Amino acid sequence: MDGVHDMGGRQGFGVIRYAPNASVFHAEWERRANALYGLAVRHGIFNMDEYRHAIERMSPYHYMSASYYERTLTSLATLLVEKGVTSQEELEKLAKGEFPLAGPSAAGRSNLPERQQFKPGDRVRVRNEFFAGHIRMPAYIRGKQGIVVRETPAYPLPDAHAHGIQAEDEPTYDVVFRTEDLWPNASDSAQVHVGVFQSYLQKED
Amino acid sequence: MNSNKSASVEDRMNAIQSVLEARGMEPVAAIEQAYHRAEEDWVPRNGARIIAKAWTDPAYRQRLLADGKAAAAELGFDMPPHHRYLVALENTPKLHNVICCTLCSCTAFSIIGLPPDWYKDLEYRARVVRESRTVLKEMGLDLPASTEIKVWDTTTDTRYMVVPHQPPETIGWPEDKLVEIITKESMIGVARLMGS
Repeated sequence: MDGVHDMGGRQGFGVIRYAPNASVFHAEWERRANALYGLAVRHGIFNMDEYRHAIERMSPYHYMSASYYERTLTSLATLLVEKGVTSQEELEKLAKGEFPLAGPSAAGRSNLPERQQFKPGDRVRVRNEFFAGHIRMPAYIRGKQGIVVRETPAYPLPDAHAHGIQAEDEPTYDVVFRTEDLWPNASDSAQVHVGVFQSYLQKED
Repeated sequence: MNSNKSASVEDRMNAIQSVLEARGMEPVAAIEQAYHRAEEDWVPRNGARIIAKAWTDPAYRQRLLADGKAAAAELGFDMPPHHRYLVALENTPKLHNVICCTLCSCTAFSIIGLPPDWYKDLEYRARVVRESRTVLKEMGLDLPASTEIKVWDTTTDTRYMVVPHQPPETIGWPEDKLVEIITKESMIGVARLMGS
């Protein structure tokens, strides 16, 4: 989905609030959010793609204003409700206030029926597709040309795995792009490597 | 959306924990275990030990560059099952690697430590893929124009770690002394070591 989570290349953001040796957690509840989404994954209540997608489905206003671990707890709560472990009513009663959850999911999809094999050095183009479900293709590479560096391991297809749809694990490819192709005349010169699922790619002549 | 009528994040977190407790999922034990993991198991020293060994043992360096996950396991460092592959990205004077996750916050956290705030913030995620040289300079790393930059966006469950260039003045140091100079920031690729 073309959500606000898809941040790569967005403009208007200021200086990184950088500090070496920064602490990872700032409050005790943040540790609990991190621990308990992991617990739910280990219990098989949801998988990592479902977890990531429930964050992406948060209202853009909520996503942009929430801290990192508020996004974690919102995804966890949303999935606990969607999987029938609890209800929003029960959570709001326990929290003694409103408990905003993420919005509904669009339909998922399985593997592309006729996937192509790629080898190192192949020129490829990222398919010009707009898919409303979970997808691990950042918008900044959509329709862009890159070069396959190598094949990397097969993983569950996020587009299916986040939606409870059966799909084959797919090879992924280390594809290198040039910033001059991604943002012509509007970027620092660099190579950008992106891990791209086979279903997202087509060979370029 | 979130509104000022929302319960506080602490109260929302407590509500979730109560639900899991009532379902018999033992959240308190999981919180204690996660605390231990974050503080003692998933620490940047793991990556530092891998890198110090690679700097001092050419055969290990080759194994690390070929299969990072297996090389990490040799030293007793595990990765979660869904991280199926670890790629070690070697910096040289002419090449600089930097990692990010534009879509969320993915990292090889069991090897280089849990990601810091700035890595997960919108600013870094938006900007580093598009203006890497500018961003690195703002963060205190002013690379020569002749140094090529490679940015690695963690979009699959393959994970990355940067192997910083060994400062020439540390050649010949024992491994345990080298471990001490290798930082989490250098393994993300936003810093070089001792001006290397």
